[in-house]
Amino acid sequence: MSILVFVEGDQGKIKNSSREAVSYAAAMEQSPVVALALGSFQATELETLGTNGADKVLHASSAQLDQGIIQAYASVWAQALEQSDADTLVLAKSALGDAVAARVSVLSNASIGSNVVELPDTSDGFKVKRSIYSGKAFAHMKLNSDRRILTLNKNAIELKTDGESAQVEQFNPELNQQDFKVTITSTDRATGEILLPEADIVVSGGRGLKGPENWHLIEDLALALGAATSCSKPVSDMEWRPHHEHVGQTGLKVSPSLYIAIGISGAIQHLAGVNSSKVIVVINKDPEAPFFKAADYGIVGDAFEVVPKLTAAINSSK
Amino acid sequence: MKILVCITHVPDTTSRIAFTDDHTKFDSNGVQYIIGPYDDYALARAVELKEELGASITALHVGGPEADPTIRKALAIGADNAIRVNVQGEDSYHVAQQIAAVAKEHEYDLILMGRESIDFNGGQVHGMVGALLNIPSISPVMKLIIEDGVAHMAREIEGGKELVEVPLPLVAGCQEPIAEWKIPNMRGIMSARSKPLEIVAPIDSESRTSTLKFQLPPAKGSVKMIGADQVEELVTLLKNEAKVL
Ligand SMILES: Cc1cc2nc3c(=O)[nH]c(=O)nc-3n(C[C@H](O)[C@H](O)[C@H](O)COP(=O)(O)OP(=O)(O)OC[C@H]3O[C@@H](n4cnc5c(N)ncnc54)[C@H](O)[C@@H]3O)c2cc1C
Ligand SMILES: Nc1ncnc2c1ncn2[C@@H]1O[C@H](COP(=O)(O)O)[C@@H](O)[C@H]1O
Repeated sequence: MSILVFVEGDQGKIKNSSREAVSYAAAMEQSPVVALALGSFQATELETLGTNGADKVLHASSAQLDQGIIQAYASVWAQALEQSDADTLVLAKSALGDAVAARVSVLSNASIGSNVVELPDTSDGFKVKRSIYSGKAFAHMKLNSDRRILTLNKNAIELKTDGESAQVEQFNPELNQQDFKVTITSTDRATGEILLPEADIVVSGGRGLKGPENWHLIEDLALALGAATSCSKPVSDMEWRPHHEHVGQTGLKVSPSLYIAIGISGAIQHLAGVNSSKVIVVINKDPEAPFFKAADYGIVGDAFEVVPKLTAAINSSK
Repeated sequence: MKILVCITHVPDTTSRIAFTDDHTKFDSNGVQYIIGPYDDYALARAVELKEELGASITALHVGGPEADPTIRKALAIGADNAIRVNVQGEDSYHVAQQIAAVAKEHEYDLILMGRESIDFNGGQVHGMVGALLNIPSISPVMKLIIEDGVAHMAREIEGGKELVEVPLPLVAGCQEPIAEWKIPNMRGIMSARSKPLEIVAPIDSESRTSTLKFQLPPAKGSVKMIGADQVEELVTLLKNEAKVL
């Protein structure tokens, strides 16, 4: 039996979250770990998955798989599960991964554990700990089928980097044209920016920033820290920032090592998206802002004064 | 056009989460239940589509009678009729099988769900139903237009969005800004009372997971406050104490 890991790319590079997923599979110590990559990738990029713990990489390089067509991906994953004789499929949680995993669980008769936060307990059956109620609680679940799929939250495991380089093998799944009824007509993706779900540090702005013209405060601090930027819901509702940056109950759930909230009050629906961050810093001019109760470090002050100083302090500390 | 909207019955987003019976049951004491916020977006878009193109909207819930007030709210917002499959959902696969059985019987053109439920946050049921019915499933969908039997959608991807076209039928997991949440008005509430809510028996189906125990995260330690003119101090703490820089 092996463990199959689906790895996603972003502009030709393997996503860090996918490297985490490979590390997770390796840490399960139930080798071999087989990584699965779909669409165009350089072989040299795929080989580096070995450093994260992959023993082998399957590459289905058909250009038809360059776009993430959910149904087509599902049928390719199911074939890879069958052919690699894997009983476990591991992937990093993502918009695409979640959508595909659900279909594969039906095609391959697998139990699914989503938003898993740590290694499984296999002492008696197969148990996972997963995040529920938007990070407000955890559930310990038993996955009862012979096959299972785990989708991982960020930071479910420490990234492994000390493995050897891995062999890349061509994988030629059958592509059924029925699965390509979906046409992706265009993709609009900000280039160059750090992807929010991938980011280890996130700098987030709320209504306290007063308007989109002030976002350079957030962006400069993010640049100094190598961080991604995010925002509260009213900020994306008013279109100060694009929707994909909105975190919270109805937005993205993030769990970076450091989350810095600036001019955000800390409503419970906002906290639902960020409360699994390791360390939270809050900057708010109102000492009564509820966010301070959820913070590790706090500064009461005007963002327009504090943030430029903080950016300068970070830059000069490098 | 026949639209099915699948709704969850979940604790209000401001609820305090607690458990009873040695952490094996959710404590619903004092908890207000609502239609899941993502399901609410799906329902709102269905009502708009009905106004634009003409459609019938069925609201579907898999669960016990405690959800009936939530289902009535969906009727008040604009669903024409409702179905409740009378069984407690055991896991996403169990629920998906029940939804697929209803969908097979009634042949909907469009099945709208939320991107994810806010209790278990699985984001799985739409994909499973799509696979069970062997039709496309798309999620998370932030824009949905129907033209000549083809759905034109914007799907959120990391760092942006992509535009997608799919012929009906399909399953979509919805999120904002697909539509504005709708608040039921007095007429809606009055008419909801007389709209049909059909209770149907579940099909035989399996679940594939079991929940053993719940756990709350450890309580947050107290916040360390730093003076507004001592930002260097914060940088030092983040480096040396928190070790995140
Ligand atoms: C069902 C539901 C789902 C929701 N989902 C989400 C969600 O996913 N994400 C989300 O974010 N919200 C969500 N909300 C909304 C949420 O309840 C809050 O309304 C929202 O988070 C408030 O955003 P904010 O903190 O940016 O704005 P505000 O609440 O207006 O807070 C602004 C803050 O900025 C501070 N401030 C003002 N000026 C300055 C200054 N110069 N310097 C420093 N600080 C300053 C103020 O003291 C205040 O604390 C949801 C609500 C509902 C009902
Ligand atoms: N018990 C249920 N009854 C009806 N629809 C449901 C139920 N559970 C989940 N759904 C639908 O499936 C979507 C995704 O749920 P989940 O996979 O649990 O995150 C929800 O937003 C609902 O639209």
